[in-house]
Amino acid sequence: MKANRFRRLRRLVSVFSLCLLTVAANGLAADTIKIGVAGPHTGDLAPYGIPTMEACQMVTAQVNASGGVLGKQIELLPMDDQCKPEIATNVATKLVSDGVSIVIGHVCSGATKAAMGIYKEANVIAISPSATNPPLTQSGEYPNFYRTIAPDDMQGKLAADFATGKLGAKKIAIIHDKGDYGKGFADFAQQFIEKGGKAKVVMYEGITPGAMDYSAVVQKIRREGADVVVFGGYHPEASKLVGQMKKKRVDIPFIGPDGIKGDGFLEIAGRNAEGVYATGPMDVSKYPLNKAAHEAYVKQYGKEPGTFFDQGYAAMQAALNAIKVAGGTDYAKLSHALKNSYVETTVGKIKFDSKGDAEGVGFSVYQVKDGKFVEVQ
Amino acid sequence: MDYFLELFLSGLTRGSIYALIALGYTMVYGIIQLINFAHGEIYMIGAFVALIVSGVLTIYGFSGVSILILAALIAVIYAAAYGFTLERIAYRPLRNAPRLSPLISAIGMSLFLQNYVLLAQTPDFLPFPQLVPSFEFMEPIAHIMGSAELVILVTSALSMVGLTLLIKYTRIGKAMRATQQDMIMARLSGINVDRVISVTFIIGSVLAAIGGVLVGSYIGQINFYIGFMAGVKAFTAAVLGGIGNIPGAALGGLVLGLAESFAAGYVSSAYEDVFAFGVLVLILILRPSGLLGKAVKQKV
Repeated sequence: MKANRFRRLRRLVSVFSLCLLTVAANGLAADTIKIGVAGPHTGDLAPYGIPTMEACQMVTAQVNASGGVLGKQIELLPMDDQCKPEIATNVATKLVSDGVSIVIGHVCSGATKAAMGIYKEANVIAISPSATNPPLTQSGEYPNFYRTIAPDDMQGKLAADFATGKLGAKKIAIIHDKGDYGKGFADFAQQFIEKGGKAKVVMYEGITPGAMDYSAVVQKIRREGADVVVFGGYHPEASKLVGQMKKKRVDIPFIGPDGIKGDGFLEIAGRNAEGVYATGPMDVSKYPLNKAAHEAYVKQYGKEPGTFFDQGYAAMQAALNAIKVAGGTDYAKLSHALKNSYVETTVGKIKFDSKGDAEGVGFSVYQVKDGKFVEVQ
Repeated sequence: MDYFLELFLSGLTRGSIYALIALGYTMVYGIIQLINFAHGEIYMIGAFVALIVSGVLTIYGFSGVSILILAALIAVIYAAAYGFTLERIAYRPLRNAPRLSPLISAIGMSLFLQNYVLLAQTPDFLPFPQLVPSFEFMEPIAHIMGSAELVILVTSALSMVGLTLLIKYTRIGKAMRATQQDMIMARLSGINVDRVISVTFIIGSVLAAIGGVLVGSYIGQINFYIGFMAGVKAFTAAVLGGIGNIPGAALGGLVLGLAESFAAGYVSSAYEDVFAFGVLVLILILRPSGLLGKAVKQKV
């Protein structure tokens, strides 16, 4: 009994001293600019969150070493949300009460949505390196949300614009493989084609992956008189389709998503791949800042950086630039800076549009020429 | 009308492939009442052997039709060897075991062969060369029917005619029919039943390998998993036609292929499997023993 009480007392004391420590730390660091980094840092999704945290730490170390921003040091507050919405709200509350003005994160779309309400009330800006859910920007519900990655529907939009614009299509056949990825792409493409009003979707159909033969679908494409095929799915089905289209003399352009933009498609489709279009992520490795960041990372950690490192790095760069341009951490001035001043980052020279998506980030259209994917200018 | 013809021909093409594989299922079932689930894998192995052989032959400077014939020949020999060994290893020791045991053994062999090819070759899709040359005389109707489809139709028709002749007019064919009717009686009258069963497996495997080579060169890609889907479809075709009945398997394959093609053409290819299996259910409700199957009384 006595030992028990003593143990409880000891626990109380240690909790108290911990609190004292945080108070002291906060007190000492009064003259810093605080930036939160929220994302999964533990658990099975940690590989998606840790690279962003490392990127932010690298940028911070660099900036602090050269005197900080506006004469103040940057203080990072990394917080772990495990990609869970219920933890994300706690994280958000904690960050707000710690007085951050910008949060880099969150990483998962679900967790981001949960946290955004809290940031919005507290006038805190969030820049996500990886939340690709379209409504985060497009719904207009989260005016304080920005991201350095393209939203999910961007590929579909790009394929739709390319088909109706550059290829001048009037009748479009949309085929997908019934999977989440393929059908998602096909749905977005359909939406944007119908919204654009320049062309009609004459056929929208799912095919069974692994089926022996797609010639019935190909015949149908011909019968509907489609002048472009937009396909959502992966390379095995795409190569079968382009092969059978060629055999059946259905000679119209074929556009696929980044699931077909790879060596697998080139190898299997062979000569039939020639002339096929595919949307794919822009090549960011050509930017000098990207190269430098990767080299620095390899030097410090001895391995290649993980997923969303580039986007996380860019988000941090954009945040610091905005603070510099705004001359402080005032919410309205920061928003204005993010939306109006360009900044050189690891994903190119970017600024954010009125909804919070980064301009100049995302996907390009590629075409197979002489057995290689070449960016279409 | 053109559209109808196109769908009809593409249905016929895939139907005749289903039929080729279904024959193997139905022959084996007719004789030892076993559903050889590893049959689809023999088809896949046939395709892989043809791919490897054609690669080697291309390096040695062979061309066009000679590659097709040699590759198909070697694929057929290999597949026959696999079929023979399969029966020896997995089914013969279980000849007198309860019916469930060889079935489990069949599923095991199917998984084994799939994973063996996965490990020995690759889990990715491989490009399959277009072995069938484009015939000049097909050019005007190439949009309806290509050379590859013609070759598929002709080859499978010839194979089926050959099989029928074999069963009707040769000694081994007669022995097969006898074994199918009554295995014990056949043995008593001096037929080497084990040999008959081996031959049945070999013939089935030969047909499957022919199918594998034809499909590989038609669709231009193969991987270790193509046997599964083809096996399921062919098994459905065999049941549709009346399992154990050889003309039934051919008919079942064609009906299934046509049902799929028309469903894809007139409804939506998202629903082609729904229609294919819908036809199966419908026919089994109306004729529980399949299109050409006879209601067999349980042997006592």
